[in-house]
Amino acid sequence: MTAWLWGLAGGLMIGAAAALFLLGNGRVMGASGLIGGLVDRSAGSRWAEGAVFLAALVAVPAVLSLWSPVDTQVTPAPALLILGGLAVGLGTRLANGCTSGHGVCGISRLSRRGIVATCIYIGAGIGTVTLMGALL
Amino acid sequence: MSRLIIAAVSGGLFGAGLHLSGMTDTARVRGFLDLFGAWDPTLAFVMGGALLPMALAWRWAQPGAVSWSGAAYPARPDPQITARLAVGSVLFGIGWGLVGLCPGPAIAALSYGGTSGALFVLAMLAGMAVAPAAGGLLDRRAAAA
Repeated sequence: MTAWLWGLAGGLMIGAAAALFLLGNGRVMGASGLIGGLVDRSAGSRWAEGAVFLAALVAVPAVLSLWSPVDTQVTPAPALLILGGLAVGLGTRLANGCTSGHGVCGISRLSRRGIVATCIYIGAGIGTVTLMGALL
Repeated sequence: MSRLIIAAVSGGLFGAGLHLSGMTDTARVRGFLDLFGAWDPTLAFVMGGALLPMALAWRWAQPGAVSWSGAAYPARPDPQITARLAVGSVLFGIGWGLVGLCPGPAIAALSYGGTSGALFVLAMLAGMAVAPAAGGLLDRRAAAA
């Protein structure tokens, strides 16, 4: 099977995960919100739900990678990792959403904020990758 | 208790979907952002696939209805485009482009990303920790402007 078919199949699973979280727990499945809620303690009494979600998010790919190794090429450059991590953490919490919250959950309900945020972060991402390609 | 089980199944499905779709590979994600280079459209299929079940779910999650756990569904968000939304999304996009990790895959990368993945997550948590203070600063600047 080609990459786009795997992408579509994996995407359906991600969407099913978000649908389950919404219909089951009445919540938007936003990764940055679930992580940030634990960092700044805004999750309150819902902290355990976020912690369990994130633990499963780490554990399942770990188990799956025993069968099919993960193809990944995370940069080893510490400066890129630190700058990138800071920008992603600060940015997603300021914008109150990331690829899962604004992207998957926002666009699917035609939320104006979700659509605008997604256009902005994809645009900024394209600009960054293009600039890096030209400079490095 | 059932809320915790749903959270675990949902997080696990999310992780399995990231693994299956190839979105654990930062080169593939950055390839999607490399629109003017060797463009890789896979992420668009992942996003499209994810939107389908979610669009159906929102049809059930109408105001007045309640979720299985009894909790109300989230209200429609305020449509206002704020300085926080714009500035935050620009910053997020830059960080996403630099490394190819967004928050969900970054957490998943703790299992396979080695020290690089862990360093990225530590920096991301630090960024999240300073966000409330940075947001207050941004609000005051926006109010003064």
